[in-house]
Amino acid sequence: MKNTFINKVSTFCMTAVLAASSIVLPSTVSAETVMDDAPQVATLRGTAPMNVEVTPPIIDKVENNDLKRKRDYPQQPPTIPHDISKYQLDKNFNKCMDCHARKFADESQAPAVSVTHYMNRDGEFLGEVSPRRYFCTQCHVHQLESEPLVENEFVDMNKLIQQSHARDKN
Amino acid sequence: MKKIFNLLKLGWTILSKPAVHLSLGFLTISGFIAGVIFWGGFNTAMELTNTEEFCTSCHEMRDNPFMELQTTIHYSNRSGVRAICSDCHVPHNWTDKIARKMQASKEVCGMIFGTIDTREKFEAHRLQLAQNEWTRLKANDSLECRNCHQFDSMDFTRQSKRAAAQHSSALANGEKTCIDCHKGIAHKLPNMEGVREGTSPH
Repeated sequence: MKNTFINKVSTFCMTAVLAASSIVLPSTVSAETVMDDAPQVATLRGTAPMNVEVTPPIIDKVENNDLKRKRDYPQQPPTIPHDISKYQLDKNFNKCMDCHARKFADESQAPAVSVTHYMNRDGEFLGEVSPRRYFCTQCHVHQLESEPLVENEFVDMNKLIQQSHARDKN
Repeated sequence: MKKIFNLLKLGWTILSKPAVHLSLGFLTISGFIAGVIFWGGFNTAMELTNTEEFCTSCHEMRDNPFMELQTTIHYSNRSGVRAICSDCHVPHNWTDKIARKMQASKEVCGMIFGTIDTREKFEAHRLQLAQNEWTRLKANDSLECRNCHQFDSMDFTRQSKRAAAQHSSALANGEKTCIDCHKGIAHKLPNMEGVREGTSPH
């Protein structure tokens, strides 16, 4: 009997707290105003309600100019400067390696994948591409000819070094 | 035995004698009409076996190659021009077509005995099936590709740099043919170990 009473009291308290917070929250955290800002990165639906069908944006063109992009840091996996749509990349076949394998570099004139791709985790060299490196698109991505959704604030290593030199001088 | 021989002899006597009641004109014209009907009927029946409905009437073809085709550019693309099974798998030239159709009778046996009637069996045979087609296309210089894709009409300036480089060199001088590079464009590729080393995991 006593337990039931305590339960009731605690339920009442919880309800009271929740009710209070729901009154207070909208004025303190402006969740609504954030949702109304036009370009949303979190969802491509934007602020459209769930029951409304939105017209999807036109699919951007894939960069296909075969020009190497600059790497922002030494370990960056190079981006793919060509279209890879419909390339088969599964447990049977790797279309990328059809050109980028070391042994096909002469006929395809494509950059052969670096020797690190043939190393296992213990640094031993294997005859074929290491299974952990097999799925190319885990690291290498193609690029779209589109405006970035968010501003890129990345500062590369060289700039950091320059900045630190400048600080040292001062 | 003697009865059969007599029957054959009777048949030959009728055939070898000139017609008594029917005119030569009637025989010639009716023979011609019958020939047209027979020939037309034969070709129509053969064309029926060239339709997508016929090919996909077996679940082996409907569930495996046809499903895979639907995601490729030869089925769905911006201009709506598409290829059906026979466009790539049956020669258009009549004599070659007859030869291919006779070969296909073996595939009917496969259908009856259920050689590839499950997904697993199909996967197990995928390399062999693919190799049959690669050999055929290699031998006829990718004829079925070229029925639509005319080399002379290729505008290299409208191709990507890589494509233009390959087409203007290896394809132009006959060193390579379409199928050498364009494998697995309409269906998924099997494990290529032993065919093109380095493109498949062990």
